[in-house]
Amino acid sequence: MTGPVLPETPDPARESATGTTDRPVLTIEGLVAGYGGGDVLRGVSLEVTEGGITCVVGPNGAGKSTLMAAISGLLRPRLGSIMLDGENLVGKSPRQILRLGVVQVPQNHSLFRDMTVRENIELGGYILTDRSLTARRVSAVFDLFPQIAGWAGSRAGSLSGGQQRLVEFARALMLEPRLLMLDEPSMGLAPKVLRTVFGAIRQINSGGSTILLVEQNARAGLRLSGHGVVMENGRVRLSGTGREVLDNPEIGALYLGGVPGEDRAG
Amino acid sequence: MTALLRTDGVRKAYGGVHALDGCTVEVGEGTVAGLIGPNGSGKTTLFNVITGYAKADAGEVYLAGRRITNAAPDKVFAMGIGRTFQLTRIFARLTVLENMLVASRHGHSAHRKRAMEQLEFVGIAGHHAALAGTLSYGQRKLLELAYVLVADPEVILLDEPAGGVNLSLVNHIADRIKDLNAEGKTFLIVEHNMEFVMGLCDQVTVLDSGSVVAAGPPDIIRTDRRVLDAYLGEDLDEDDADPGQDA
Repeated sequence: MTGPVLPETPDPARESATGTTDRPVLTIEGLVAGYGGGDVLRGVSLEVTEGGITCVVGPNGAGKSTLMAAISGLLRPRLGSIMLDGENLVGKSPRQILRLGVVQVPQNHSLFRDMTVRENIELGGYILTDRSLTARRVSAVFDLFPQIAGWAGSRAGSLSGGQQRLVEFARALMLEPRLLMLDEPSMGLAPKVLRTVFGAIRQINSGGSTILLVEQNARAGLRLSGHGVVMENGRVRLSGTGREVLDNPEIGALYLGGVPGEDRAG
Repeated sequence: MTALLRTDGVRKAYGGVHALDGCTVEVGEGTVAGLIGPNGSGKTTLFNVITGYAKADAGEVYLAGRRITNAAPDKVFAMGIGRTFQLTRIFARLTVLENMLVASRHGHSAHRKRAMEQLEFVGIAGHHAALAGTLSYGQRKLLELAYVLVADPEVILLDEPAGGVNLSLVNHIADRIKDLNAEGKTFLIVEHNMEFVMGLCDQVTVLDSGSVVAAGPPDIIRTDRRVLDAYLGEDLDEDDADPGQDA
């Protein structure tokens, strides 16, 4: 097989957000990146711990999506390092990074609407060359989300927004990612559906997956996560456990302005 | 303070989603007003309803007391409301000056002179002969502002003027807005850069899920608990989660 090799049975130590090892899967140091009109990330350092959920929140323009693009290799950083299990991802292509086990679920709906749910999920394993492995992975994904098995033959475009999100998660799990990155999974979903989607994230994490979650709903995202980071203006401004970050009185100023800063407009 | 621009109970749904749910916003004459709120709260939809790019399902829009609800975009522009867009809309293969002349719909010398003055005012006159497509993102925003000024609007709606723009240009844009405001122009500005909004605006209105959750001066708004709640999102009770049942 060409995909990342992970044990079939999750290590008990990695079973839940509360049972994380302290080992970092991803270590980012001094990351500086942008799109030509100046740097968006201005020296970001953070760690994603194995088996846990790390949640990155922050106001619009803080650099959250840029951070994801840099990790996935879609954007080449100007400075800094992104180490996945000790291997630097900077300079690698998105395809190489995918093969190393970093899988991203993008913010916007990304299923092929005219294909069935099963076909979409199978495509998540497109880099796998062993077809029996693909079949085993599909059944594993259906075991984790039995409700998706019920939609397998449906056209993906016929599903609701929340259902499509779950299928996107399932598709991402086809490679048994070393690091699963979710970019604003709550985007555009009603509160009731949000609960389901966040429940699914917790369920994926209980299965042993390490998750980096970028979320606009800071309360829900941080509540779910063992580790939380608030970014603002291209930098990490707060970090700690999800609860600590949420209870930090500074979070208000980070969202609504009024943070003392050296180089701001106003 | 008289409201020069006012929306009254505006509703707008796309499919089953209420983008605006009874939205009442007032912009005082001669003020710089800010419109903020989390992603998807309805800010751009309100701009679209005011400027005729989207039809209101219910509610009214008034300019200087006159009802202008659902007037076509060109009519709204002619009545004195100019706007820019979040993603700039310029003619990339025309020169900067030609873009300005398209806005004035004339090419003769008086219009050229006026167009050049406006380009000078926003600070990109040096680029007048360049193709607009070669401008940086921030310069395009300035071109759009100059373009809107051609019609000499009373009210200027700016959709994320500072978004994606480097800091020195952000300050430059803020200064131009202050200059125009000093000349009597009224502004309504959607912007995520809080320092920009709070530093520039007299009044700030906060939208969440298509409704106004707070309105007032910046110092009051930035300490309002309801505003922070809107930005941080709903605290879900995860223990209820049952994947797949409601998805």
